[in-house]
Amino acid sequence: MPYVFYLRAIHFLMLCEILSLGYGANVGMLPKATGTSSSNLPQWSPKGDAHPDSGASTLPLFTLNYPRVQIPLEITLWVLLASFAKIGFHVYHKITVWVPESCLLISIGLIVGGIMHSVHEEPPAVLTSNMFFLYMLPLIVLDSGYFMPTRPFFENFGTVLWFAVVGTLWNSIGIGISLFAICQIEAFGVQDINLQENLLFASIISAVEPVAVLTVFEDISIHEQLYIVVFGECLFNDAVTVVLYNLFNHVAELHVVEAGDVFLGIARFFVVGLGGMLFGLLFGFVAAFTTRFTGKVREIEPLIIFLYSYLAYLIAELVAISSIMAIVTCALTMKYYVEENVSQRSCTTIRHVIKMVGSVSETLIFFFLGVVTITTDHEWNWGYILFSLLFTLLWRGLGILVLTQIINPFRTIPFNFKDQFGLAFCGLRGAVSFALAYTLPDSIGPKKLFITGTIVIIIFTVFIQGITIRPLLKLMNVRKTNRNLETINVEIHKRLMEHTVAGIEDLCGQWSHYYWKDKFMKFNNRFIRKILIRDNRPESSIVALYKKLELQNTMEILDSMTGDISATPSLISLHEERKNASKSRKVLPSDVRNMHELLSKNMYKIRQRTVSYTNKHSLPNDVTAKEILIRRHTSLRRSLRAGSFHSPHGNKASQKFLSLPVNSRLPPGRFSHAGDGDNEPEMNLSSVSSMFRHPQRSSSRTTIPLRPLGSLKVVSSSVKVVDEENEKQRGYRSSHLRSSFTSSAQQSSRSLYGSTRNISDEDGGSEHEEQESPPDPHAWVQDPQNNSDMQHPLLRRSQWPPQKPQDE
Amino acid sequence: MRYARPNNAEELKATIRATWALITPEQCHRLIDSMPRRIAAVIQAKGAPTKRDDFNKVQDLKDNPIRSQIVEAFFDRRNFQKDGVGSMEEIGFEEFLTVMSYFRAPALHTTEEQREEIRRAKLRFLFNMHDTDNDGTITLEEYRHVVEELLSRSGSLGKETAKGIADAAMLEVASISVGHMAPDEFYEGITFEDFLKILKELEIETRMNIRFLNMDTTVLCK
Repeated sequence: MPYVFYLRAIHFLMLCEILSLGYGANVGMLPKATGTSSSNLPQWSPKGDAHPDSGASTLPLFTLNYPRVQIPLEITLWVLLASFAKIGFHVYHKITVWVPESCLLISIGLIVGGIMHSVHEEPPAVLTSNMFFLYMLPLIVLDSGYFMPTRPFFENFGTVLWFAVVGTLWNSIGIGISLFAICQIEAFGVQDINLQENLLFASIISAVEPVAVLTVFEDISIHEQLYIVVFGECLFNDAVTVVLYNLFNHVAELHVVEAGDVFLGIARFFVVGLGGMLFGLLFGFVAAFTTRFTGKVREIEPLIIFLYSYLAYLIAELVAISSIMAIVTCALTMKYYVEENVSQRSCTTIRHVIKMVGSVSETLIFFFLGVVTITTDHEWNWGYILFSLLFTLLWRGLGILVLTQIINPFRTIPFNFKDQFGLAFCGLRGAVSFALAYTLPDSIGPKKLFITGTIVIIIFTVFIQGITIRPLLKLMNVRKTNRNLETINVEIHKRLMEHTVAGIEDLCGQWSHYYWKDKFMKFNNRFIRKILIRDNRPESSIVALYKKLELQNTMEILDSMTGDISATPSLISLHEERKNASKSRKVLPSDVRNMHELLSKNMYKIRQRTVSYTNKHSLPNDVTAKEILIRRHTSLRRSLRAGSFHSPHGNKASQKFLSLPVNSRLPPGRFSHAGDGDNEPEMNLSSVSSMFRHPQRSSSRTTIPLRPLGSLKVVSSSVKVVDEENEKQRGYRSSHLRSSFTSSAQQSSRSLYGSTRNISDEDGGSEHEEQESPPDPHAWVQDPQNNSDMQHPLLRRSQWPPQKPQDE
Repeated sequence: MRYARPNNAEELKATIRATWALITPEQCHRLIDSMPRRIAAVIQAKGAPTKRDDFNKVQDLKDNPIRSQIVEAFFDRRNFQKDGVGSMEEIGFEEFLTVMSYFRAPALHTTEEQREEIRRAKLRFLFNMHDTDNDGTITLEEYRHVVEELLSRSGSLGKETAKGIADAAMLEVASISVGHMAPDEFYEGITFEDFLKILKELEIETRMNIRFLNMDTTVLCK
């Protein structure tokens, strides 16, 4: 049920977003909008006027006021159409594997454009300069900025900036100048295009587009360095392109360019870029600081994020510094802190909405591109357009070759030839280029030619390169990285290695990013986090991962319990889904590992599906995992507590749960986190809790009759094991009993109950829960039973299917 | 020298020696005067063989949670010869370089075997940091110790957490390397082969690197 609400909330937000877009268009481009609406008016006014004509004095029974809603309505319909197209592609998943989505969108756009052309309908004035720069571009950029994988990004920061800034400059200037040279050839008949305009065009077509490429990279799990360089390049390259675009746009309108202007332009370039970055940092920190106080008003948390990002963008725009830089830096800065402050629902909402609006505006632009390709009258110039296409490819390749040669000596892991080829080949042009070209002011003479040229380049790169890139990269066998490093050992050793490297660097006085990272983390933990994070809990990623795995285990245990219960007649309709899941599990006992993942991740699967290229890239240090973990844990605990209040038997469920092998080792810190969440009345009645509550309550009901008082024997035997284990402290024994008593073996080797008690004493938050329940033998009856079934808590993964029949 | 990417420790040492010979005494003095941080331990020993205390005095290392392991690694004989045993009391420049050579980056063009070799060397270094008693296995105690040290800076986390994590990690290793175990079976500890196996996913050859050769000595000497 909560999920339904959730989706509804998102739909609502989407609607708001669209409406605001519509109004924005209305306000922003009033002159143009009225122009198109007046062209539409004659078609509609007969109907609208029909009633007023017949009886102007009487109240009209039925009126149609199309002009009033025209723009928002048309935009909504466009978005809807684009979304349908997107849904359509994913019906046949195989299409999107081989053909990038952007190709499909453009194709649909072409078809729609063809239809519109045949009925002589003009495309709506959706894409105007203001519309694009004030509403669509910030969304696209916020999307990529927010989902930028932080850690690898900072590890490759220099390279990313190098390619983004110098690469884009290289491309724009190179293409611009060579096109200017082409213009001098009389045969092409384009002598009227001057240098400034050529540079403007070049800057438009040097914005590369990440989405299609990154999806491919993600699918074939290409190595991290290449991935992040492409990602970062595309992001910052937008910023550089827009700065250049504005600059050249300004220059192109000047008729005489003096030397002073050139230097001013260069200085301005840096002022604009760095100023944007500063603004972004400022807003990011303020946003993070604000979320510190939103604990009581969870519902506006996502809003805060959007408002601050957008504010950063608008204010940067106001003072004419790079607004893209501002919004990207803002998103990068606040993400880390905000996601720890906000509740999980807000966190998910933020991610969802950012992703959604970003992809909608991008979809819209691609779609529109298709339509515009057909409906506008083009100015075709073979020479100019083909040469611009050639130069685009040439300068990109050349640029990558030269720039990697320069950057390679500075990189720990240099790019080899394959990587270079990949980088060069990934230079698809996309939505931003088209939008920039389309929104050129009319005062630019060869605007139509530029639009045509841009469309040709985009279509060429998106279709030819976009489709061939996957097979090519596969063929070339570019180095790959496995990104699902989800074992504790790997995490521990990664930390160990990093600390070692940092230590060695300290010893030999070398400063590299590990050194800076070390210093930053220290500063971060000491000052920034204390200011920005509500309940500051410095946490190593090892601990986070450990908790996550632990929780997965717990989930499994609960899942398997659900499986048992669904077999009993007590549960009927509520858990149809779970039942199905457990049935399928029985069908496929061999595919344990997959199932394990499926079950443990089914909470946030939706996000994984939609956020194709960001979510899989969850690095262990990523806050995502930690956040999910903590929130899930909280809701889990809530569900337990709720269960304990619901019925007298509920205690048994929670007790049983607490005394389960894995959980009895819970570190005290973990409970305190959960406790914080529990204090908030709103706290997540997420699908997790709702999913678990029923099974638990019913499980306690069903187990009571099944398990009579016969437990004392079992307990004493397990105590014996514990004592034995205490003697064997040195050796490592993978019997699960020992590990379940690690934390409390000294004090509580007397009884099983003691061990749970002990833990709950450490846990301040749930003390009363324990006290409510008398030491009832029922309470832990289930536990020894479980113990005898499964030997290793962490080995259960490979063990639980055979164990299942015993349970039933 | 910046562009040289030596393939093995010997080559690296040779390159470093060659470069070392190129540095004039004058440059050296300026280097030492201007950058006391550089090779801080060696400087603090004032040319004499370096002892543990010298490492412990290095200021920047103070905050490192696994300082003792790092320092110990410099004195561990296993890192110098194939079958060295025990630890040394003091080391010279050569040993220092040898330890450093574990952190070199792989060359631009490496074959698969070379890559594997580098992997092994780097992992062996880490393994030795764990395996303090040099019995070829990382026992639970040793593992716990390292994890505790690692987490010692994270503040509120108690020893229990570290223990729990080490236990879980150990179980994980057991499940990966041994597979199903009978309840009375006993997992001795992680052998190097298991260690290789569990860290297969971690591309250590691309991560455990320090770029030593990037600094332009002429710039630094100014």
